[in-house]
Amino acid sequence: MDLAYGPEYEAFREEVRQFIAKHRKDAPERMRVARPDAEWKAWQQLLIENGYAARTIPTEYGGYGGEPDILKSRIIAEEFTAAGLPLGLANQGISMFVPTLLELGTPEQKQKWIEPTLKGEVVWCQGYSEPGSGSDLASLQTKATEDGDDFVINGQKIWTSTAKDADMIFCLVRTEPDAPKHQGISYLLFSMDTPGIEVRPLKTMTGAAEFNEVFFTDVRVPKNQIVGERGQGWFVANATLKHERGMLGDPNQAGTRLKEIVDLMQTETMDGQKLIENPLYRDRLVELQSRVYAMQFHGLRLLTAASKGEDPGIARLIVKLQGCEINHQLAALAIDALGELGVLYGKSPHLRAWGSWQSRYMFDLGLIIGGGTAQIQKNIISERGLDMPREPKPAKA
Amino acid sequence: MEFGLSEDQRMLQDSLNGTLERVCPLERVRKAAEGGEAMADDVWTALTELGVPGMIVPEAQGGLGLALLDAALVSEMLGRHVAPVPFIATAVMAPAALMRAGSMAQQEEWLPKLASGEVVASVAIAEKVSGAREDAGVTASGGKLNGKAWFAMDFGEAGLFIVADMDGGLHLVKGDAKGLARVGLTRIDLTRSLGEWQFDDVEAEPLSGDTVGALNAMRDAGRIMLAADTLGTGWMMIDKAVAYAKERKQFGRVIGSFQAVKHMCAEMAAELEPCRSLVWYAAHAFDEMPEEGPLMAAHAKSLTSDVGRFVARTATEVHGGMGFTDLLGLHYWFKRIGLNRQLLGAPERVRREAAVMQGWAAD
Repeated sequence: MDLAYGPEYEAFREEVRQFIAKHRKDAPERMRVARPDAEWKAWQQLLIENGYAARTIPTEYGGYGGEPDILKSRIIAEEFTAAGLPLGLANQGISMFVPTLLELGTPEQKQKWIEPTLKGEVVWCQGYSEPGSGSDLASLQTKATEDGDDFVINGQKIWTSTAKDADMIFCLVRTEPDAPKHQGISYLLFSMDTPGIEVRPLKTMTGAAEFNEVFFTDVRVPKNQIVGERGQGWFVANATLKHERGMLGDPNQAGTRLKEIVDLMQTETMDGQKLIENPLYRDRLVELQSRVYAMQFHGLRLLTAASKGEDPGIARLIVKLQGCEINHQLAALAIDALGELGVLYGKSPHLRAWGSWQSRYMFDLGLIIGGGTAQIQKNIISERGLDMPREPKPAKA
Repeated sequence: MEFGLSEDQRMLQDSLNGTLERVCPLERVRKAAEGGEAMADDVWTALTELGVPGMIVPEAQGGLGLALLDAALVSEMLGRHVAPVPFIATAVMAPAALMRAGSMAQQEEWLPKLASGEVVASVAIAEKVSGAREDAGVTASGGKLNGKAWFAMDFGEAGLFIVADMDGGLHLVKGDAKGLARVGLTRIDLTRSLGEWQFDDVEAEPLSGDTVGALNAMRDAGRIMLAADTLGTGWMMIDKAVAYAKERKQFGRVIGSFQAVKHMCAEMAAELEPCRSLVWYAAHAFDEMPEEGPLMAAHAKSLTSDVGRFVARTATEVHGGMGFTDLLGLHYWFKRIGLNRQLLGAPERVRREAAVMQGWAAD
């Protein structure tokens, strides 16, 4: 057990801090954007050149070309978070499509797509879920039938974030209808400008349209715009899903949220008493603090295992389930402690924190459901982590 | 940055696990519990050979001179095997107090005896740490102790007592001191002993060093050890529940293939595994980052107690009716978790202390 990073890493941290001090003025004000503007693109370029974005992606594809070093990545994230600066573009093209292409794309595909994606010139959306295929994603029904040199696509996708702003889509379609469900899927790439695509915003319970539905009617896509072989799309997609699960349930996000609640409960008063002086809410706060610390140290443990190339086993599988749940409970505590103020929303008078506790409370529920529901996570934990048997297939009628 | 166990620490746990599997199977636990043994002498002897009583005692006094994290790993294994032996008071809390507040002479006299397992030390600080009941409480004057101390840990065969008086002073009392009466308490968990001492003008030797530091160290180290014990006890319950669910058949299939049962097991693992990191961190902080030690000990104790309760009931439910029987012996683990939860401050009390430490509540 040694919680110090050591001189090499402390020197690196100093380097990052100096960069931040020098370039703070160049950082865009908005932490996230669906479509990067000129200022955002310049920031992204600056980060890539200095190895703070696209760090391990080879230079030939427009990355920084650094060696994978999980501790340096963490230091970068820690320092940018502490400084309140955005750490480069975070979209599904960069976090999911690029890693997939690096693993399974052809040299031409890597050459063509990775660099413009990293630079924010091409924005992607992910076409996976369908109305009839959520947890059972492999049952997806969007059809791609062969016609000359093209596939002709018909069907519907749902939960497609950024579809309205995207140039391109990486999309799962059924190309081999007679094959077993996992072996009949292909992973296609095509422009969102292709005739026959209609995007409809999907308004959620938060009141915002964070997602879209995407409809395909006779959309023609050249057959060579495929990643992996025909029928191999499920396995290509799993490479991507692995990257997504890693992003959900980040304990450091919960740590930041906990601090916000402590501030809230120390400043907000009711009947002249600070909220934190109410023993019931305070007890819940300390209990959640225990859970946040536990998950943060758990994260350090996973980080150590990853840096040594060790498989942490069940410890890795529980992160999404626990992390999303804790975030949701933190938002619930903030709402409860606020009393009636906790229900104010939109642009209401007396609004606290822009109504963000309510929107987080609701959006967290979306995260508990999305990216593999809590129940699917429990299947994974019990089957892969505890070696329990899979649900038997129902008998054929 | 390395947040994990060293090769030596993994070997320590493996070898202890192997020894306990051999010398402390369920039949041995049952014999000790049903026979009213204050401790399982043969198990204690085997642990003594591995140096367990002297884990944190300096090498100069015959101990292994290891860290509190190493002691936590031992505590976890003792919990895993519901070992009916003293450990937390005699091997961790008492040495921690002697090392902080004992005179050289006191350390020279007692630490070697504790490290070798020749003497078992019991600790009674409940009145100062978790609250005084009824007429409990000890007063010291003129080198004599009077009053009662409840919930003394590692009570059974203790030859040395460390007791806190109501002013926070700490005293060493020999097991055969005149005027000392011992009253054993019957508790749900028969694998560890608890008792009450009654003092009638009992001669005692004060610990004259940093008694505030020593009392806090006993409280924090004790809480971390109880949390580690529950971690080990709880994981054994999960392992047993999973194994049972993979064998037991109903409706023509093993019950472990039903999601209702699988999800209970997944929830237990998902709740308990992060406690491991919290226990490790708290133990490490106790030695290396003393400013964080008390808060982290409080978090480890309260979270593990709550998660432990959930695991204890859920694992029992997975076993169905068998879990409710005495025959299966699962209840030894259930009850051990129950005892750990209440000692040295139950979760609500400990969380209030954690709030005070952070300036969120008045003392």
